[in-house]
Amino acid sequence: MERKLVCISCPLGCRLTVNWENERNITVSGNRCAKGESYATEEILAPKRVVTATVAVAAGAASATSAAAGRAAAGPAATGQTAAARVFTSGPRRLPVKTNAPLLKEHISELLNTLYRMEVKPPLRCGDVLLKDIAGTGVDLVAARSLKGR
Amino acid sequence: MREKRTDAVVIGGGSAGLAAASRIAAAGYSVTVLERENELGGILNQCIHNGFGLQRFKQDLSGPEYAERFIDSVGKQDNVEVLLETTALEVSPGAVHTVYGYSRQGGVSRIDARAIVLAMGCRERNRGNIGIPGTRPSGVFTAGLAQRLINIDGYIPGRRAVILGSGDIGLIMARRCTWVGMEVLAVVEIQSYPSGLTRNIVQCLNDFGIPLYLSHTVSAIHGKDRVSGVTVTPLEEGRSMGAKSFDLDCDTILLSVGLIPDNELSRKFGVRLNPETGGAFVDAGLMSSIPGVFACGNVLHVHDLVDYVSEESERCASFVIQYLKGEYHRQHHPVTAGANVKYVIPNKYLPDTTNRFYLRSLIVKNKAELVVTLDGEPMKRKKLSHVQPSEMVSFSLDAVDLPRTSEPGEKRLEVSIV
Repeated sequence: MERKLVCISCPLGCRLTVNWENERNITVSGNRCAKGESYATEEILAPKRVVTATVAVAAGAASATSAAAGRAAAGPAATGQTAAARVFTSGPRRLPVKTNAPLLKEHISELLNTLYRMEVKPPLRCGDVLLKDIAGTGVDLVAARSLKGR
Repeated sequence: MREKRTDAVVIGGGSAGLAAASRIAAAGYSVTVLERENELGGILNQCIHNGFGLQRFKQDLSGPEYAERFIDSVGKQDNVEVLLETTALEVSPGAVHTVYGYSRQGGVSRIDARAIVLAMGCRERNRGNIGIPGTRPSGVFTAGLAQRLINIDGYIPGRRAVILGSGDIGLIMARRCTWVGMEVLAVVEIQSYPSGLTRNIVQCLNDFGIPLYLSHTVSAIHGKDRVSGVTVTPLEEGRSMGAKSFDLDCDTILLSVGLIPDNELSRKFGVRLNPETGGAFVDAGLMSSIPGVFACGNVLHVHDLVDYVSEESERCASFVIQYLKGEYHRQHHPVTAGANVKYVIPNKYLPDTTNRFYLRSLIVKNKAELVVTLDGEPMKRKKLSHVQPSEMVSFSLDAVDLPRTSEPGEKRLEVSIV
């Protein structure tokens, strides 16, 4: 069998041609790197996607992000307590999250449903695992930014 | 009014401003970054999808992850001061430039600096820019605004959406809307080819069976208080085929119809702007028509990849450092866009050194060739497997190919695509 694909591993978007007789004998052409071959093989056997989404940050729990923003005042004249309080009240309401590897497509909608009900509490570091081993796939859901605690 | 003096002011704390600030500070100069929002990171904060950093970090990062690396690097440097929720209102240029910033908390502050880096990014074109006829109900959003509402504020802007324009933000939003439970009925593109990356057509439209109507446009918006639908009209050879129009029943329209460098501030203080890019005219050191005022990132010209923004901004910073040291090279030769090229950045080049250029094609073509001439004489050719207006092309010229500083007179470079 033959199928034409466009590689989604990077912005180059190589046009791939995949040929296969059976699951063990898949040949890929048109790729400019090894990622193209593994993408095409997976796409035929078990398509996967990285999922990026957001989850709710528990109300009143977040403050601004990493070092620079934490150190900076909210405007030149704001100092000490005022600045901290101000940054706190305007802290992010949503935490961006992602799967740390492509997830089998069949598990995506269930994962999204879980995320709608999820709420996280800072402090969190970028890369912290929020859900481990999604549907037994070995793929984790991780925080895609840091959030300082109260 | 608070007053301070610093070596360089960076206006904008997004990907361009962060890369420039970090590099300038690393050379030992003091930097003040003005950021309008309550966090650094700019538009990357709402770009929660992956695909960033493949060139720079050889890793597949999401926007916030990419931003965090630069925010952390700025945060580690004691000679960078970040003013959040502070808008740059006015610049009065001079031997020492003065920047006036305003924040709700701190009022007006005055910052004197020898160098300014313009890093304000860009704005989205909206309904007014493209003039869609019809009523004026609520429910018409730019794609980036909808992205902010969903990803930062946690609101869903509607239930059934039609997306006009197939730029990358529009495509990314088609997937995002679907994933938050909206129904995306169609993406409508006036051109005969998609303006976003092919990988995004695959993973954002094809994965969800969302139809892409090429050579079609939204010819009317319907609805009184809220959008109730749109009329989609096909185009054949540039003419709209009214009789073949059809209606789609939607309550939301997202516009992904292009970006414009945000140069309102620059224009006000006299920076000369290039109508082709919407950004400043810059010399080989990315310095604008006003000495000491530099520009980088999307405020200079709209980029497709943040990796290029970081690269360009760091190069810009290296010229700012030269300027602050009093070693800025002033002998520049002109660069112009030739056949099939919309623009080339920068608008000048330096002799005796490696120069890097970015350009956009006016045509769609496979197996194209980039041709560079020096005073009409061919000097370099480069094969390009595919060109299209939405994909930026970059190339470098080595010192050996360029004239010597010692040679008198100006030598004009012209860049064409054939």
